[in-house]
Amino acid sequence: MSGHSTYKPQNKFLQWFEKRLPVGGLIHSSFVAYPTPRNLNYLWTFGGILAFMLGVQIVTGVVLAMHYTPHVDLAFKSVEGIMRDVNYGWLLRYLHANGASMFFLAVYIHMFRGIYYGSYKEPREVLWILGVIIYLLMMATGFMGYVLVWGQMSFWAATVITNLFSAIPGVGDAIVTWLWGGYAVGNPTLNRFYSLHYLLPFVIAGVVVLHIWALHVAGQNNPTGIEPKSNKDTVAFTPYATVKDGFFMAMFCILYAWFVFYIPNFLGHADNYIPANPAVTPTHIVPEWYYLPFYAILRAIPDKLMGVIALAASIVILAFLPWLDTSKVRSARYRPLFKQFFWLFVIVCIGLGWLGSKPPEGIYVILARIFTAYYFAFFLIVMPLLGIFEKTKPLPNSISDSVLGAKV
Amino acid sequence: MSVLKRTVIGVTMAGAIAALVLPALAEEQAPPPRHKWSFAGPFGKYDQGQLQRGFKVYKEVCAVCHSLSMVAFRNLAEPGGPGFSEAQAAAVASEAKIPDIDDKGAPTERAGRLADYFPSPFPNELAAKAVHGVAPPDMSTLAKGRTYERGFPWFVFDMFTQYQEQGPDYIAALMKGYEKPPQGFQLPPNGHYNKYFPGHNIAMPPPLQDGQVTYDDGAPQTLDQYSQDVAAFLMWAAEPHLVQRKRIGSQVVIFLIVLAGLMYFTKKKVWHDA
Repeated sequence: MSGHSTYKPQNKFLQWFEKRLPVGGLIHSSFVAYPTPRNLNYLWTFGGILAFMLGVQIVTGVVLAMHYTPHVDLAFKSVEGIMRDVNYGWLLRYLHANGASMFFLAVYIHMFRGIYYGSYKEPREVLWILGVIIYLLMMATGFMGYVLVWGQMSFWAATVITNLFSAIPGVGDAIVTWLWGGYAVGNPTLNRFYSLHYLLPFVIAGVVVLHIWALHVAGQNNPTGIEPKSNKDTVAFTPYATVKDGFFMAMFCILYAWFVFYIPNFLGHADNYIPANPAVTPTHIVPEWYYLPFYAILRAIPDKLMGVIALAASIVILAFLPWLDTSKVRSARYRPLFKQFFWLFVIVCIGLGWLGSKPPEGIYVILARIFTAYYFAFFLIVMPLLGIFEKTKPLPNSISDSVLGAKV
Repeated sequence: MSVLKRTVIGVTMAGAIAALVLPALAEEQAPPPRHKWSFAGPFGKYDQGQLQRGFKVYKEVCAVCHSLSMVAFRNLAEPGGPGFSEAQAAAVASEAKIPDIDDKGAPTERAGRLADYFPSPFPNELAAKAVHGVAPPDMSTLAKGRTYERGFPWFVFDMFTQYQEQGPDYIAALMKGYEKPPQGFQLPPNGHYNKYFPGHNIAMPPPLQDGQVTYDDGAPQTLDQYSQDVAAFLMWAAEPHLVQRKRIGSQVVIFLIVLAGLMYFTKKKVWHDA
């Protein structure tokens, strides 16, 4: 599906260069001539937004790293030094901290969009799995970045999350000691988290390249879920997709700026402005908002090992989506039943997020169990069975038919 | 249509469950009253007079037990803060005794300079603990490190109303929250009952009372006024670049709205004959 490049540079030097390394042609075929379905809606702009956010995180992160000290006695102070004494350090740090939240917000919209329109289905399975790998790497990176602040929540989140590995029978405790680099969360832990927090974004960038490559092999899915059949069904990436992405990126930046400049600590936790203290446990240890649904699943299960397995399964299951969904029809637009189960799934995920922020007691536990059951049922029961029993609506003949014969 | 219906029913039910169940679960803890802060909202600025009064309260009362180790004397004269002149800040610094090492390598004390940080009342945490039982927390990030639970749905509204002053509201309320413990409340020795402190048993004795600190700008010398002034001062100590942040924020948001508008019309034009 990759667009055939007609790229011919005018400039003599560029012609000379292109003969030796056709990088211009690669860019031209990927981001200019590349055909995109003409019916993409704004949900398709989040891929570009995510690439932008990764760039923002890497640039702000590299500069923050110049001023940060990964030592248990100095980490919190150095972060405060950034906030107070580094020129525009407060801006860098708030961009980075809220940038992580925006990154996750965008990735969740991107993922829900993929599920709604069946973007993971043949021939895009590898594209989807690469996305799941990026998401896993993001979770690891985000978690370790949160620990670097070395506030109370940093320290105790690190303690709780690394301790999950102790549930593994037999070797659990040894693994935890190995992860910590000692017998408690301490300086070696902070050092290695810093090292990995710096490394992983570049691993993400690498997998993103593969993700985009796979995308350009299969081509984009679209709201109808049917493949483009003729030139009438597509438009060139530039200017059509570029300007559309650009507009929505600007809209997204307004939201981002709102958080950074007006409510920069809204998504954080007040306890993380208290320096880490191994002797004092906070009353409620909660992770950042973007992990809360998984935290709720973990705590919904009374057994520690089973809870950890459920937590891991809730993420890993996403990679099997292409085979769990048995429906021949991609887009929820033509799947009336799936549509309803999908929206219920979205509500359940948000509900789990809310429950993850609550103490695990009383009604919260019961609700978390019901929601967890639905979370897994959606993948393991609803998805396979719907493909067999659901009566789907008739598909349009082509993308241009669905757009031009618009009576939707 | 049925999707919409389902969604609405689902959300309503979740809301109803929450509304029925949550008040029963919530711990009995009075939320601090909301104050009017000059630094709230998108155009908020610190009130220089208030920060100077708050600094006076801090210096005469809080500083006896609490450190403010991440704030330097020079910060007092920096833009967006209490607005002391450099000479005034240097005068404040010179009153402080800073531990140092002299030319011969022996420990000594010297008068503070602008570049020095506020010295701590105790040499270390253990020393503070030995005197007070509990080490009084450092005040540098206190206004951001304290909050109270807003709960659903208020925290959603806070996103739009930009309510970010839970910390100062809590601190101001805490200053005024000392009461006689209710019947049957077991208060340990050396404990004090405070309406707003989580668990109500606070080690700090009531720090402020009417008339304790002399103001020279005519502001009322009341507990209520002291509490708000010191809370505002601590907010500045925790977030010294707040004024700059909000000013740049307006510029960035206006720029982005214009940019998004231009992008929208460009997009419309480009797609017109697609």
